[in-house]
Amino acid sequence: MAKKQGKQTYLMQQCLTVRAWAAVGSKKEGQGPLASGFDLIEPDSTFGQDSWEKAESRMVSLTVAKALSNAALTYEDIDCIFAGDLLNQCVGTTFGLRDSGIPLFGLYGACSTMAEGMLLASLLVDSQTVRRAMAVTSSHFCTAERQYRFPLEYGSVRPPSAQWTATASGAVVLEEGNQPPYLRAAAVGTVEDLGVTDQNNMGAAMAPAAAATLRRFFADTNTSPEQFDLIATGDLGAIGSQLLVELLQRDGIDIKSRHTDCGLLIYDRQKQDVHSGGSGCGCSASVLGSYLLPSLRDGKIRNLLFMPTGALLSPTTVQQKESIPGIAHLVWLSHEKEGIL
Amino acid sequence: MVKKASPPSKIAATLPGAFLIGGLICLLGQTLIDGYAALGVEQKFCPVAASCTLVALAALLTGLNVFDNIAKYAGAGTLVPITGFANAVAAPALEFKTEGMVLGVGAKMFLIAGPVIVYGVAAGVLYGLIIWLFGLY
Amino acid sequence: MSAIFLSYLKAFVVGGLICLVGQLLIDFTKLTPARILVAFVVAGVFLSGLGLYQPLIDFAGAGATVPLTGFGATIARGVRDAVREYGFMGILLGPLTASAAGITAAMIAGLIVSLVFKSGDKS
Repeated sequence: MAKKQGKQTYLMQQCLTVRAWAAVGSKKEGQGPLASGFDLIEPDSTFGQDSWEKAESRMVSLTVAKALSNAALTYEDIDCIFAGDLLNQCVGTTFGLRDSGIPLFGLYGACSTMAEGMLLASLLVDSQTVRRAMAVTSSHFCTAERQYRFPLEYGSVRPPSAQWTATASGAVVLEEGNQPPYLRAAAVGTVEDLGVTDQNNMGAAMAPAAAATLRRFFADTNTSPEQFDLIATGDLGAIGSQLLVELLQRDGIDIKSRHTDCGLLIYDRQKQDVHSGGSGCGCSASVLGSYLLPSLRDGKIRNLLFMPTGALLSPTTVQQKESIPGIAHLVWLSHEKEGIL
Repeated sequence: MVKKASPPSKIAATLPGAFLIGGLICLLGQTLIDGYAALGVEQKFCPVAASCTLVALAALLTGLNVFDNIAKYAGAGTLVPITGFANAVAAPALEFKTEGMVLGVGAKMFLIAGPVIVYGVAAGVLYGLIIWLFGLY
Repeated sequence: MSAIFLSYLKAFVVGGLICLVGQLLIDFTKLTPARILVAFVVAGVFLSGLGLYQPLIDFAGAGATVPLTGFGATIARGVRDAVREYGFMGILLGPLTASAAGITAAMIAGLIVSLVFKSGDKS
């Protein structure tokens, strides 16, 4: 049973390992710097389907299948899956897992969902209630655009602060085991809102949530940024990342030298027209699967704080001129079974 | 703090594109007006015919997935001319095709263009009321 | 020949400048594209109502009729003509009568396009 430490942090008591993972992307992700780490790059972003929503669902089922084959497991071996996406009623997930037969916990944490899923899955595995749990999230540029912004063919202009929703998906399989990467602890986030209303500047809206969770985690565990090689936020983009560093600096926490953002890793901002960087549930999940987890396994990264951030808005709240609340969940992944604490 | 970290649009980059492409669309409109006049279309209908041609052209480019790529460089250059109105009708029609012909194409067509018609007509009615009340016509 | 060239130049410059105003609105305000379209049409109606737009059309031709301010001006002109002809009823008849061609063209073109093509991913 995981031990609750401080206000929001859970320390795993068993030796939890990420047994396998998978990352699936599309054309733009395939042109990015992490392309070689993806399990599958499907250049046709329709994934052979006749609607964008079906395309996203197809991507989810491909990712889960890929993660299972990487783990040398079948659907029956999975006790439950925590999954979510950005679409209304999470249809990307539910339709994607319709035929899998895996017991499903559907989640909505916007782009923070991957960490939320891993957090819940690890709690369940750590309590030995289930033997093996999965987490999967997805996002698709086209479904996100048509739900949150404009029709795809509409010639609107994206401001430089806007982010690019990744067409990508990532999945992990968690169980007790003796192979790195290990999942050591997790921290659940709080809803934070400093009043940013610009839908085209979500990184700025989510930075306070990331700062709050990180501050809390360091306080709860009595650790400091220097003890971790890398702190990877989900999709703050260039602007949100800068704000996060500044916010924490005010509290005397310096993460500048070890902070990176999945939204900045997945694309080449110089060559690809993605403005402030990538975003979406699938952005952090696929960066995790294509780059972070392999590096942890090989020991290139020894201790990682993986913290995707979510913007908890809907088109309705935006039209009602509400500000954009954010949330960030944190997962501590490590090459080592113990240490630091 | 948010403002400081957020870069404004690159002014130097957006303005020439808007001017150039917007100007070219109007120039094309002028050649169409002259062309229709040369074909013997009644003088007062030439601008209307030219505008409708641009509308059809913009809708076609929208269908060919080209319009949004031009708009990326043109900004207001494609938005402000009548081409922007045509794109505003055609893009949602195309996009929501997957939700059916009636509630998809038919209803969503006016997602962006609807307000333009509503407030254009409302302004027209207001103007009509004023000139009718004060006998300014 | 030079008269034609001059009329093209005027259409290009005036049309370009009107688009420039739109671009400045995009860059310096938080106006969404839909709001900018609305603003231009409404502005066209009122500029035309004040008698300020017709001179621009006379000067620049398509440079003034093709931008959406020209669409607004068409609505205003339609209302004026209709009120002249039908009195009060003209207020209701005018706006859509004048703009009918543009709206119908956009609707039909949109419909045909949606039947023939599919939306594609952005690059």
